[in-house]
Amino acid sequence: MSSRFLEAVFEASVAASLAAAMLIAGDAGAQAAPPLRVCADPNNLPFSNQQQEGFENRIAELVAGELGTTVEYTWWAQRRGFIRNTLGEERCDMVLGVPAGLEMVTTTRPYYRSTYVFVTRADMAPPPASLDDQRLRTLRIGVQMIGDDGTNTPPAHALARRGIITNVSGYLVYGDYSLPSPAAAIIEAVARGDIDIALAWGPMAAYFAARQKPALTVAPIAPERGEQALPFIFEIAMGVRKADAELRDALQAVLDRRRSDIDAILREYGVPRSDAGVRPVATFTPHRRGAS
Amino acid sequence: MLPGTHGRNFPNLPTIGRMVARQTRQLIRVRERGRWGALLPSLFLLVAASIVGGCANPDEERRAVAQVRPPQTQPWAPVTNQPPHEEDGQWTMPAKNHASTRFSGLSEIHTENARTLRLAWTFSTGVVRGHEAAPIVAGSTMFIVTPYPNIVYALDLREPGVPVKWKYEPKPAAAAQGVACCDVVNRGGVYDQGRFYFNTLDGHSVALDAETGAEIWKVKLGDINKGETITMAPLVINGKVLVGNSGGEMGVRGWLTALRIEDGSTAWRAYSTGPDADCLIGADFKPFYEQDRGKDLGVSSWPPEAWKTGGGTVWGWISYDPETNLVFYGTANPGPWNPDQRPGDNKWTCGIFARDADTGQARWFYQFSPHDLFDWDGVNEQILTELEIGGQRRKVLIRPERNGYVYVMDRTTGEVLSATAFVHNTTTRGVDLKTGKLVHVEEKSTGSGKLIRDICPAAPGAKDWNPSAFSPRTGILYIPHNNLCMDHEGYETSYIAGTPFVGATVKMYAGPGGMRGTFTAWDPIQARPIWKLDEDLPLWSGALVTAGDVVFYGTMDGWFKAVDARTGAALWRFKTGSGIVGQPVTYRGPDGRQYVAILSGVGGWAGAVVAGDLDVRDASAALGFVNAVRDLPQKTTKGGMLYVFALP
Repeated sequence: MSSRFLEAVFEASVAASLAAAMLIAGDAGAQAAPPLRVCADPNNLPFSNQQQEGFENRIAELVAGELGTTVEYTWWAQRRGFIRNTLGEERCDMVLGVPAGLEMVTTTRPYYRSTYVFVTRADMAPPPASLDDQRLRTLRIGVQMIGDDGTNTPPAHALARRGIITNVSGYLVYGDYSLPSPAAAIIEAVARGDIDIALAWGPMAAYFAARQKPALTVAPIAPERGEQALPFIFEIAMGVRKADAELRDALQAVLDRRRSDIDAILREYGVPRSDAGVRPVATFTPHRRGAS
Repeated sequence: MLPGTHGRNFPNLPTIGRMVARQTRQLIRVRERGRWGALLPSLFLLVAASIVGGCANPDEERRAVAQVRPPQTQPWAPVTNQPPHEEDGQWTMPAKNHASTRFSGLSEIHTENARTLRLAWTFSTGVVRGHEAAPIVAGSTMFIVTPYPNIVYALDLREPGVPVKWKYEPKPAAAAQGVACCDVVNRGGVYDQGRFYFNTLDGHSVALDAETGAEIWKVKLGDINKGETITMAPLVINGKVLVGNSGGEMGVRGWLTALRIEDGSTAWRAYSTGPDADCLIGADFKPFYEQDRGKDLGVSSWPPEAWKTGGGTVWGWISYDPETNLVFYGTANPGPWNPDQRPGDNKWTCGIFARDADTGQARWFYQFSPHDLFDWDGVNEQILTELEIGGQRRKVLIRPERNGYVYVMDRTTGEVLSATAFVHNTTTRGVDLKTGKLVHVEEKSTGSGKLIRDICPAAPGAKDWNPSAFSPRTGILYIPHNNLCMDHEGYETSYIAGTPFVGATVKMYAGPGGMRGTFTAWDPIQARPIWKLDEDLPLWSGALVTAGDVVFYGTMDGWFKAVDARTGAALWRFKTGSGIVGQPVTYRGPDGRQYVAILSGVGGWAGAVVAGDLDVRDASAALGFVNAVRDLPQKTTKGGMLYVFALP
């Protein structure tokens, strides 16, 4: 199976050559490369929004520029069925940020690794380091909720295992989608004093924590140990349709070439990194193209 | 599937023996009660020789056959607004009547001529997602609601070719597609006094002029920005339209709302969680069991605040008893917390409410699955009838429940008269009739970090939303359902709204016997099956039964089937273009003939693997379902077509 993206590149370049051959004047040739078709959430800062203010928007621009083209967005809320309705329905060819190894897509090597974090007001010092901090038994805690048939965020599960339940409030990751930045509610609740501490996914938490007045403190949640340990650290990669290994490889090449620029964008948005920020975070051999 | 049978029409009656022989894998248990007495010996021999599973006691088999109930002493009587002898030939609401029998008094098509059924006409809806709606027939018009984008078609049954009379497009917000949990289905509309009522995926309720399609009112009831959608079919009673919401997975708080038919304004709204005042629980509330009595249990049976996003949505079926002026409906599972994050009974989720139709005030409540562990929404249909139980004639409601039990309840009090397992059940031991409590098997309790195998029934339950039918002629409940178990066997990474997490890996698979669907004829008095038909795929279609003693249902690979209501013997089948997840109906056309109609178009939770090309519900559950129906894409393709059948 050949990549739809590369096919489109091919078709476009054929069209461009034809146009040139037919001596059609003007700038038809300038549009040779087809756009990079990206699906993204139109209202989910700091990742992406329709005004293209998110770090995924910035990285998409960078990747498209490197491929000599521009980004064409299909906006779609990242809810249940997102991949099915976007990549699956061929509305686009790639998504910017999925967990590495996500089963329903093929992914590049991860380009960053982040962690779930504690978010506290500056007056709580020091912030807890792990979920075994005894203060978590009495503080008013907010956790993000997924609600997807018995699944929630790992720190939420980890609290329940410790019997920490009655002092925990849930904030759905979807938020109120009619508001800008629906995910921010849990962080704003800390700033407002509705809760004392939030356990939230790092990139989102750090971005909104920095925008509260005064700014909130962000600290990684120490990993759990033992057989039943739940992961708090995740590696994030770009995703394409399973058949699009060529596009995946093309994206990987861009990630490799522009690593320091991508790191700079992530730094600009304050993404907490659990990797060093520069070194490759996993060994991974992309599939070779077949002989044919 | 019937091994070795490929024709659409079965041979004539004298060869019924051969037919049964070909059916032996399907036919598990037969009890003869009616006019096929002459065939009984051969039928019995064949069946007895080929009993498979679920029939451990041969004595019981013999007893069952010997007990032929004389028809004149029927110990059951339906409560319907259209008694069989007054059959008007219409089908104005998905459940046929307020008692939800899905029984039609029409008998032109019967067991002896059903084999000659022929396609009369078809209609393409132009939509290819799961078609779960019942076609609605009033007078000479048929109404169809499609899945998203919820187009309503009115078809003129008087004209040759049944042309479109009008078409109404509500243009629901596209974003609603991303919010709906399990395919963008709609379960149909209702005709009442010159109007057609239905709901849209993006949370609106609409009243149309049935003659012209002109919009009379359209009100917004739910907010898709907060994850609220509507997929259910409304019910119209006493000048009110009853509508409930969907979206428990998104932290939606469930409700049932009564709208005034004049303008769609809200007469009352009853929440499924929270303080008594919100749940319309007051002085009239007299639940039968102790655990349901007390102040503000919708708050105190949850961790603080959790009730505010507690689920208990109302996306299933509503019945109405005009005699007591009570409406009955079920509430969905608690959400979005995991079981170990919401200690308590989580009221009033996974249960059934009886409410005064005029005020919405609760009369009683019963919880099928307190502190739900398995996503067992309590939204299935309830059939209202009278049954002779323990020598007494009782006003009952019958609920084939997702948790695997058929409940027979006194609908005036909420007392459980019987609760009997109708599928293989490893997670619960039964219902204690003294306390009304479901008895769990402790080691099958799911929770974070636990790996558990052989959970039966699986998350879609013994039976999901697809409604059963009840015949007042046979006293039998016809239940289309699943035979699925599941393993919670590990974790995999997933993500939603930019947030990575680990979801339980759920794998569903066929239960005992290896067939994924079952069509069960159930005697609610004796609390046991009369006959069962095994189906290869899970059954996701509703059932219909007629005064011609013919039962209709469809399969996910597209077969539309007619079987004998008394024996389960196959009478006829037709292969439609796509898998069937809809609700069959029957009506008398303007030409006086009886027709049978079904929407074909695979989808819904079970069929999303085809309707959505591949199923990627972002955590466990539908991935789990994909495991159970991996072969579905080879067995059917997307479609959206109405099929209507009649005798030649």
